[in-house]
Amino acid sequence: MTPASGRSSLTVAVVYPDLLGTYGDGGNGLILARRASWRGIPADLVQADSGTPLPVADIYCIGGGEDGPQVRAAEALVADGALRRAVDQGAVVLGVCAGYQILGRSFPDSADRAHPGLGLLDVTTRKGTGSRPVGELVATAGPDSPRLADGGLLPRLTGFENHGGVTTLGPSTRPLARVVQGVGNGGGDGTEGAWSGKVLGSYLHGPLLARNMALADLLLGWALSDTDEPAHLTPLDDADETALRSERLSAAGSARGGRWRRVHRR
Amino acid sequence: MISPTDESAPALPARASAAVGALRLTNWLSRVLGRGSGTVAGGRVGLAVDPSLLATLARGRRVALVTGTNGKTTTTRMLVAALAGSGGPAVVSNDTGANMPAGHVAALAGAPTGAVAVLEVDEGYLDRLIAATSPRVVVLLNLSRDQLDRISEVRMMVERWRTALGRLPAPSSPGEPGTVVVANADDPMVVWAAMAAPEVRWVGAGQVWHLDAVGCPSCGGRIVFDGSGGWACDRCPLARPDRMAWLEGPDLVLADGGRVTVSLGLPGQFNRANATMVALAAPLLSDHTEETGGGEGAAGTVADVLSRVSRVDQVAGRFSSLVRGGRSVRLLLAKNPAGWTAIFDLLEEERDTGLPVVLSINARTADGFDTSWLWDVPFERLAGRTVVATGERALDLAVRLRYAGVDATVVADPLAAVDRAVAGAAPDAADGAAAPSIDFVGNYTAFADLRARA
Repeated sequence: MTPASGRSSLTVAVVYPDLLGTYGDGGNGLILARRASWRGIPADLVQADSGTPLPVADIYCIGGGEDGPQVRAAEALVADGALRRAVDQGAVVLGVCAGYQILGRSFPDSADRAHPGLGLLDVTTRKGTGSRPVGELVATAGPDSPRLADGGLLPRLTGFENHGGVTTLGPSTRPLARVVQGVGNGGGDGTEGAWSGKVLGSYLHGPLLARNMALADLLLGWALSDTDEPAHLTPLDDADETALRSERLSAAGSARGGRWRRVHRR
Repeated sequence: MISPTDESAPALPARASAAVGALRLTNWLSRVLGRGSGTVAGGRVGLAVDPSLLATLARGRRVALVTGTNGKTTTTRMLVAALAGSGGPAVVSNDTGANMPAGHVAALAGAPTGAVAVLEVDEGYLDRLIAATSPRVVVLLNLSRDQLDRISEVRMMVERWRTALGRLPAPSSPGEPGTVVVANADDPMVVWAAMAAPEVRWVGAGQVWHLDAVGCPSCGGRIVFDGSGGWACDRCPLARPDRMAWLEGPDLVLADGGRVTVSLGLPGQFNRANATMVALAAPLLSDHTEETGGGEGAAGTVADVLSRVSRVDQVAGRFSSLVRGGRSVRLLLAKNPAGWTAIFDLLEEERDTGLPVVLSINARTADGFDTSWLWDVPFERLAGRTVVATGERALDLAVRLRYAGVDATVVADPLAAVDRAVAGAAPDAADGAAAPSIDFVGNYTAFADLRARA
């Protein structure tokens, strides 16, 4: 492992778990902290509840949530200001679902009024008109996707989506991946998620990093690097995660619309 | 169904009568064709013939509705036990766990005149059941995240409850009993919904899961829990209401005096909580106007109810045991983070036997397709135990357990997983003393699958 900064420890903050984190999204923070500590990098996992100033951290994870709490979280994060300052100083941010929408320029509340987001990603979310996408989502990396430490592409992303928003990407952000199955951003361009610098958003829970450990290591590599390039990390024994990935990817491939009747492998 | 004596069934309008006939025929066909007990199929056919069948069958009947995220099947069973042994009228119930209108119709069809109906209700159907049955009692247990891809989010659900409860008629005028809501005062979501009802009995039944109730449902402020069960919003006046009764360790305490130890045939503090709700609800359904409002009689009534409830020792297989390889295996059901938390409380409350625990996870329609909730479950509490992971989504569970710091063996087949746990358990005591059970915990279809196969 060659972290450019020689950083010897990390702080991972789960942002407002009391408001956001409806879909097990707190797991993303846990996964990042564990994968750092398994590599001998001490990692603090901080549950940063709303109502108190956001602590200083190297990685911030913002989860999904219901409409009301999402608006409150966005208002509190804008008022707090710490997240924007942290990003300016190189912090890594992962937003999932409502958290992804909050990272953008604006998002709708339950009455379809637009609320300002943090503007850390050049994306705008509006309410979808069709039925809510609920199901397995598979997406594949493309030329616009972030590069891994070895210059390679992210392996396919797998997860579960459940959101009513349609997110459109502006010119100063890039899609995380292209949808193979499922809906993703839903704006008609076939994209899923967005990223810019070291800020990344996605509609995938599962939670996201449980099934996509290469993405977890990319975020850790960013956090350990003082440049835009992720630091190299020593590989881990991910036999369990690899088995889960391959099961989920083949289950998604064998069913239409991301749903399956029964997948039972003995 | 308990005592389905058709002879005394009340006369029905022609259409309802035809609907009940179709329902019975379907159930009979379903049984002889070996397609299951037919309860739900018959109910569906009945409702197709007469969409207002539920209201027709419930008319003039004393009805209790039991709902909540966790404990509704058990609490329904307990309430039936409390009433059935009391020398009062017959009791009918949807005791197979079919908790949507088709199941309710099936339970009510053929119920004798005057029989009390105790109905378990899926959270999402409470509004429809209130409108159709004009219940005497509504029991609200708790409300937390569960199957978010199927059931709506907690805040949407609580608003639907609140709207339905707000439509209940004003408190009873003489000769015309109204609806009394028996509600868990320790759950802010339940309180917000129940406050809209004209008459509520608040019971402190505890709530192990607070993460869905941090945002105040009234004003968006922050609910602050004081550590001993009390709570209040930091911005608006919403706070835990004064309770008529509450659970204090193993004791049910009445506000007006009296304390009764809750001793049950079912394990765990969550079942004492369910029994406490029943102790306050059952007297409202009985013929004699027993009052739990105060005085020495109230504690006696509560003790009577609890002694009948204590005879329940399993509920649709939950808490029952099976034997594999000479070892007893206890079957536990947990479907969502709050339910799993309650099960871990139970395992800690009991002596740590050092025996393996088998965990089984499926993700079918009845379980919810999204397994993300596994990351909300505090599996860290199993660290140090021997764990076998199984079920159709054993790999999701295995990854979760890895990050929880729990060593687990994955055995894909649930029965083989139980046998692995049995083989790995220390041998039974040679002196013939009852050996402790191995615990199997599964979510809905994982639990049902193991029961069906073992």
